[in-house]
Amino acid sequence: MSGYRIAFEKAFPYTIPVLTGYLFIGIAFGVMYAEKGYSAWWAVLMSLLVYAGSGQFLAVNFFVPGISFLQVIFMTLMINIRHIFYGLSLLEKFHKMGKKRWYMIFGLTDETYSLLCTTKVPEDVEEDKFLFAVALLDQIYWLIGSAIGGILKSVLPFNAEGIEFAMTALFVVIFTEQWLNAKNRIPAVIGVISSLLCLQVFGGASFVFPTMILSVLMLFTMRKRLEGEVETCR
Amino acid sequence: MPVNAVTSLLIILAVAATTFATRAIPFFIFPKGKAIPKTVEYLGRVLTPAVIGMLVVYCLRDTSVTAAPYGIPEAISVLAVVVFHVWKRNNLLSIGAGTLLYMFLVQAVF
Repeated sequence: MSGYRIAFEKAFPYTIPVLTGYLFIGIAFGVMYAEKGYSAWWAVLMSLLVYAGSGQFLAVNFFVPGISFLQVIFMTLMINIRHIFYGLSLLEKFHKMGKKRWYMIFGLTDETYSLLCTTKVPEDVEEDKFLFAVALLDQIYWLIGSAIGGILKSVLPFNAEGIEFAMTALFVVIFTEQWLNAKNRIPAVIGVISSLLCLQVFGGASFVFPTMILSVLMLFTMRKRLEGEVETCR
Repeated sequence: MPVNAVTSLLIILAVAATTFATRAIPFFIFPKGKAIPKTVEYLGRVLTPAVIGMLVVYCLRDTSVTAAPYGIPEAISVLAVVVFHVWKRNNLLSIGAGTLLYMFLVQAVF
């Protein structure tokens, strides 16, 4: 167990950016869910079982009479489809982690993914325990944020109009961070252009899937130019 | 609650199962020891920035630029988030200040 203690101590400083981000976005989620009439316990339950930033923001819209489960599954699939590609860059790392990999896969959010990809494991700690500590700490922050949000809304009724912008701000931050660090910005530009185009053509309710297809096509067209210029996640 | 507790729980379980499935798919397609095709590896690298770009647009999809307030609160707030972030590189500051600014704009100004 001592290996875990060191792993958590070493991992904590690396997770501070996610700590701050998750507390705020978790609170925003808890408030939005509470506005629908759900107590903090429900917010915590969802954060425990689902654990997805954008997925849970979207999910708040599912709690209406007459929602079809097919729609729930399809919408969740659409917003999470990017996660399929996260796993691809972490295959080797996770395969080395034994049973712990199931939790790692479960906890593969945008933020944890970017931490796992960008953090160099300190020398005096076991890699698998360190990565596990990062993932678990992140979920704990998310749970605390959700709980605070749910409680805040019930004890202190306030006008929360516009709090959903936390989600937008989160992705703008991730986008900006990537933009500043990227050797090649073409993939990011492709994503924005194809989604704006598809939004015009297909409308807000159904532009996500066409956007994915168009982006993939454009990325393949430019493969010769982009290959080798985009950093890997190892 | 707009729907009963059992339905609520089932919705959460459906979202949880679907989310886990999308995260687990690559590990089932490429189990330990199986080589990853170059094409898939390439896509894994270049698709992430593209998807983040799409998610920004996704969040703003219901913003109308042809009717009042013409997307002005969104434009100001997104710009503020970018400026804060380039300046301080602090997630909480960028997200927190941007969100509070947006809430102020939609509640008190526009």
